[in-house]
Amino acid sequence: MSNLIKGGNFLCEQITPQAIYTPEDFTDEHKMIYRTALGFVNDRVLSQMDDLEAKKEGLNKALLLEAGELGLLGTDVPEEYGGYEMDKISTCIIAECMGRAGGFAMTHGGQTGIGQLPIVYFGTHEQKMKYLPGIVTGEIGTAYALTEPGAGSDALSAKAWATLSPDGKYYVLNGTKQFITNSAFADIFIVFAKVDREKFTGFIVDADSEGLSTGPEEHKMGIKGSSTRTLILENVKVPVENVLFEIGKGHVIAFNILNMGRYKLAGNAVGNCKQAIELAAQFAVDRVQFGKSIAEFGLIKEKLGEMATRTYVAESMLYRTGGLLDEMMHSLDMSGPDGGQVAAKGIEEYALECSINKVFATEVQGYVMDEGVQIHGGYGVTSEYPIERLYRDCRVYRIFEGTNEINRTVITSTLVRRGLSGQIPLKEAISEVNEKLAGEVVTRNGEAELVQAGKEILLYTLGAVLGKYGKDILKYQEIVGKIADMCMRVFGMESAWLRAQKAAANYGEEAAKIKMNMAKVFINTAIGTMVNLAKEVMAAIAEGDELKKHLANIQKLSSYIPADTIAIRQEIASAVTSQVKYVV
Amino acid sequence: MKVLVCVKQTFDTEAKIELKDGKISDAGINLIMNPYDEVAVEGGIQLKEKKLADEVVVVSAGSDKAMDAIRTALAMGADRGILVKQDTAADEYARAVALAAVMKEENPDIILAGHVAADDGSSQVPTRIAEILGLPHVNVITNLELADGKAVCTSEADGGTLVTEVSLPAVISCQVSWNEPRYPSMKGIMQAKKKPVATVDAAAADNKVAILEYSLPPAKSAGIKIEDAEPAEAAAKLADWMKNTVKVEVK
Repeated sequence: MSNLIKGGNFLCEQITPQAIYTPEDFTDEHKMIYRTALGFVNDRVLSQMDDLEAKKEGLNKALLLEAGELGLLGTDVPEEYGGYEMDKISTCIIAECMGRAGGFAMTHGGQTGIGQLPIVYFGTHEQKMKYLPGIVTGEIGTAYALTEPGAGSDALSAKAWATLSPDGKYYVLNGTKQFITNSAFADIFIVFAKVDREKFTGFIVDADSEGLSTGPEEHKMGIKGSSTRTLILENVKVPVENVLFEIGKGHVIAFNILNMGRYKLAGNAVGNCKQAIELAAQFAVDRVQFGKSIAEFGLIKEKLGEMATRTYVAESMLYRTGGLLDEMMHSLDMSGPDGGQVAAKGIEEYALECSINKVFATEVQGYVMDEGVQIHGGYGVTSEYPIERLYRDCRVYRIFEGTNEINRTVITSTLVRRGLSGQIPLKEAISEVNEKLAGEVVTRNGEAELVQAGKEILLYTLGAVLGKYGKDILKYQEIVGKIADMCMRVFGMESAWLRAQKAAANYGEEAAKIKMNMAKVFINTAIGTMVNLAKEVMAAIAEGDELKKHLANIQKLSSYIPADTIAIRQEIASAVTSQVKYVV
Repeated sequence: MKVLVCVKQTFDTEAKIELKDGKISDAGINLIMNPYDEVAVEGGIQLKEKKLADEVVVVSAGSDKAMDAIRTALAMGADRGILVKQDTAADEYARAVALAAVMKEENPDIILAGHVAADDGSSQVPTRIAEILGLPHVNVITNLELADGKAVCTSEADGGTLVTEVSLPAVISCQVSWNEPRYPSMKGIMQAKKKPVATVDAAAADNKVAILEYSLPPAKSAGIKIEDAEPAEAAAKLADWMKNTVKVEVK
């Protein structure tokens, strides 16, 4: 593992453009996977969206079977168990395309993520043999039941319980699980319950077990195409061989699969953003007001330019992280019976990046859908235009797979933990910034230096907070959140910039023009946000002369001449409207 | 029975064509397999699935980029590929000569192709191949049945359906309504990596056509709105506009 980039270390080390993975590096196979997945969504899912939204009986299951036939349900499953064991880039490409599929994205995500990975990573050989081939084809529908009415973010406070039968052959499960995706047609549920009301444990529960039932469909704001019900367990007998992993180790399962889940959700969000840009650009081009297409108006151009820019940043982060995950996978020996756990452990190295992706991409998504509706004007709030559905569908992305608030605490706590334990040279990097501050003010010149400025502002702020609170920093949630916000901007600035640099080096400046423009716009706007966040944090932890010193230092670190982002956004918008889609 | 399918790499049908320095610019253009050829590939694979054919071979003439079209066909289910390396500026004649040379070597029982390419739309290559090889040719088919060493082809005719029986080997080119091409599955995509693709140089042939100039069709101009007029008056205004402004030719 020595050659691998450490999780979170983007903050402390210099990374070269060629060292990151970008969508420009897709192989021919990746492009084919993209076409297959996108074709499936366009031809099979979007064409039946009205039926799906109306909860037409059996449609989700039928679509899953079709997806299974194309292999879209088994990219993370080893070949031995009927899967295709593809790289994480392939998995991410499929997630991205599914992001255009409305509620079916959740059906697919339930089947390929949370409903499948607990068995892939933690199942026994027998459990894998029994369930995975059917899950991969779609014949076995699967669902994940962790959340309870009183246990959402605080999942470990779950009440559902399990008791071993007197003959030791089965556990008896009781309790209620809530918001369970795919529950209408699932053949198995991955259920978490506490053995003897204390040992949190995972179980594979057959849906036709006596005592298992589901409640009515939830009436949701969006993603209406997916099935969401409660799961009710009344003295459900589960054979002991269906215990997943070890008694009392349910939390290990739950936490480990979250990383991939968060990562893939960011993939969904990016695909969804591209779809919204297509819709908004098409509407803007067609809509004539004051005698011309509204796409020609500055305030619409600004929106399209910014929507594309943020999507580009989220996409750049996404595939960069996919590259990290793949490098990790290649370095591991997953051939043994515990190969799945080895894989999950490897992915955990990048828990910080997975959370950054989730928060950043879903918030970009929220912004893009909102502006998408705005560009549509009054038509945007009518169900005649798909953007109205997209707007409703996207809201939950910031809530599930760990709320964005929970994920922000994951980002900062992981960074601090890794830094304080010396896994990444955080303390050294903070010291370096402090030394630098003793010198002259240097005006940052160009975007590469602004990315470095971003890192230094974050390191300086984090250094000040750690100096004041040490490990107790996690008690101050607002500060934790702001550090996370800065952290994801740094990762975004750098990913966007390195990708543009890599493209310029490999394909020439001209081919990298739009990427370069989008990186510039993001970096120039993000740096201002970083400065404001840093000031807010400093004002919370210091006062008087100490605060003045901090503010002066932030000023010193952030001296730069801004680029003309208004003009650059116009160029980006022209590219978007001329192709009527997201272009890089 | 051996089926050989000709495929061409073309611009994505949604691509926006732009001229740069008097030539069609391929910058940033997504390349795809000609959708008509995709139908031919699907037809070939279905013959194999029905056990009517033993092998499906895809052939493409063009630059290295054409390998992408071949790999896509292999991922759909074709068995092997042949890339005939040829200048993309080759005309239909030169292209047909190059492809026919490969077919002589391969000696297939059926040669399938889309009846037209979505880019230049010249609709010549399959017919020229048949001519060069001295094989019978059925064009624009919408269905194909094989029995007793013969092919029964259906195609659309004015006001009805034309059924043609042809002895094999033959060159058969298809319309898109023949079938719905499958998407390559993940399994197919992984297997395609291991399937063989041979690369050969194109047989020499000089173009018969020289392209003098490229130009984009004129931009669509704005129409007119005839308002507040009685039907007869409106019709007269419209006719006048069509005759004198648009200059519609009436034959």
